[in-house]
Amino acid sequence: MRLYGTFNGTLVVAGLAIIFTLLAPSIFQFFTIITLTQVIGLSILALSLALVWGFGGILCFGQSAFFGIGAYAYSVAALNIGGSTGAVFIAILAAAIFAAILGYFVFYGKVSDVYLAVITLTVSLILYSLMRRTSGPEYKIGKALLGGFNGTGSPPLNVPGDGSAMLFPMQTFYVSMAILIIAYVFTGWLVTTKFGRVCVSIRENEVRTELLGYDTRLYKLGLFSISAGIAGLGGVLFCVGVTRVTPDVFSLGQSALAIIWVIVGGRMTLIGPILATFVLYFLTSSLGSQQIFNANLVLGIILVVFVLIVPNGVVPTIMSWFERRRTKRYERQKERRMKLRKHRATG
Amino acid sequence: MDLFFSLALQILYGIANLALISLGLAIVFGMMRVINLAHGEFLMLGGYTVVVATNNGVNLWFAMLILAPLVVGLIGLIVERCLIQWLYGRMIDTLLATWGLSLLFIGIITSIFGASTSTVISPPLGTVTIGEYTSSGYELFLIFVVIVLLILVYLTLKFTSLGLVARATMQNSDMSACLGISTSKIYMVTFSLGAAVSGLAGGLLAPITGVLPNIGVIYIAKAFITVISGGSAILAGTTSASVLLGGVNGIMSYITGPTFGEVALLFTAIILLRLMPTGITGRFFRKSQ
Repeated sequence: MRLYGTFNGTLVVAGLAIIFTLLAPSIFQFFTIITLTQVIGLSILALSLALVWGFGGILCFGQSAFFGIGAYAYSVAALNIGGSTGAVFIAILAAAIFAAILGYFVFYGKVSDVYLAVITLTVSLILYSLMRRTSGPEYKIGKALLGGFNGTGSPPLNVPGDGSAMLFPMQTFYVSMAILIIAYVFTGWLVTTKFGRVCVSIRENEVRTELLGYDTRLYKLGLFSISAGIAGLGGVLFCVGVTRVTPDVFSLGQSALAIIWVIVGGRMTLIGPILATFVLYFLTSSLGSQQIFNANLVLGIILVVFVLIVPNGVVPTIMSWFERRRTKRYERQKERRMKLRKHRATG
Repeated sequence: MDLFFSLALQILYGIANLALISLGLAIVFGMMRVINLAHGEFLMLGGYTVVVATNNGVNLWFAMLILAPLVVGLIGLIVERCLIQWLYGRMIDTLLATWGLSLLFIGIITSIFGASTSTVISPPLGTVTIGEYTSSGYELFLIFVVIVLLILVYLTLKFTSLGLVARATMQNSDMSACLGISTSKIYMVTFSLGAAVSGLAGGLLAPITGVLPNIGVIYIAKAFITVISGGSAILAGTTSASVLLGGVNGIMSYITGPTFGEVALLFTAIILLRLMPTGITGRFFRKSQ
């Protein structure tokens, strides 16, 4: 059975993730569990970028803009409402609507993909400098001060309908893992639907798809907004994990990290970027604790090396290696069978 | 009247600033269709060159006008030979590789000089008084430098044989190669020249902004949006986009404060790209350089 790239494969991976979730508390220390919540948020960001870039061919360099908007929207809404459930949905909607407006301008303007990359990156950077300047008491939305450079506090998740029943870190971890798995299965399902297939065909050949009668602008806009919504959800989990949101979510480094995770994991897969997020996060945080190598330096080298040498990413490279081995074995078997038959015929 | 003059000077300075930080990027983008995401770091390296040189007793003017472009141009040459030359025609990979390069530069500089501001150089040339308003003499000098720089680039492109060959390569690289021009060499020279101009800009801005390992971020967003709004023509594009965006930024900053100036700049650029997806020079001044 061919698992890779099918919905069955997605379900198998989701099953493994559930087993990981259940085992995690007995493997990891409590502190690691708390950190994992942040990493889960970041891996959802990587997942959303893998969806829009890997499957839609839309090179969005500023995916962290939607991530940050989600985080800020959640924090502001949760502080004002006094509960987290509605705020999560507000965050997803805010990110998706912002993406839809931006996407209208770029997709309906027929901006080419490289320009799109730079525009999205610029949007993210402008948000960065905008949020850094909101430090005065006059910059507030309802009860929430935006707080400029220091950012604003993010309330923890709570039981739906009861604003005072906060979740404990362990419960937050379970909820985050559940959200990650749901988001993963959702995107895995989405790319197998008709909508997803049209998006893949746009990636392969936009002109031909358009000639077949699909409004590619609309499909791209839809995929862009959905992926932004997912990124916003990732932002929510991230700011809950960190307990605050600062303008750094919009920084160049944050956008670069998302790209690096997707490149390293493999942009044509959904699980690759998620795994790469976990591995690279713990790699860079262990590098950050010692002073010899600067984290930026290491990330820069990783990015350059992967672009030059492994442009497809780790997971697809391993997959194609297995595929090659299997076809080779199959061919060898076929050859043996032919030889045997020939032997029988002559003998 | 004095207010008007002082405001006009402010806006003119904003425009000159935008043109200065974008010109190096525009040269590389216009000639080679390469978007260099490490552009901000070239500016940063220019700034560090000036700081290190002046700390070692070199004359500030010499460091800014000669040393900074020379050093960064050399770095650009090395980068082109080691990295960019393998990636021509793969636009997205170039974007990613130069992004990696940008992180690498930030990492190296942070490791050497630390993450905080190195010695601040105070801008030379004192102040200029207009009625009851004062303006920095250095800002006037920068406006002058930008005008000279634009004229120099124009003359180089229009009247030298290098400019002729470069324009030919820009228009049709295969045909130029058939005529015996080594396009690879032209790309190499163009990239280092672009880097040198960025280094000069970084060096000139160092006294105003100070230097930090990640100061490139401040420039990069504005530089990109200017170059992309301008389109592929180097001079006409950069100038027209700088005038438009710098003007909007200056006026909005005057009305609402600096926070919304940049947002207005971005909005203008996005609406502009909705109307003219190939930039200003994609629609107007098509025959220009």
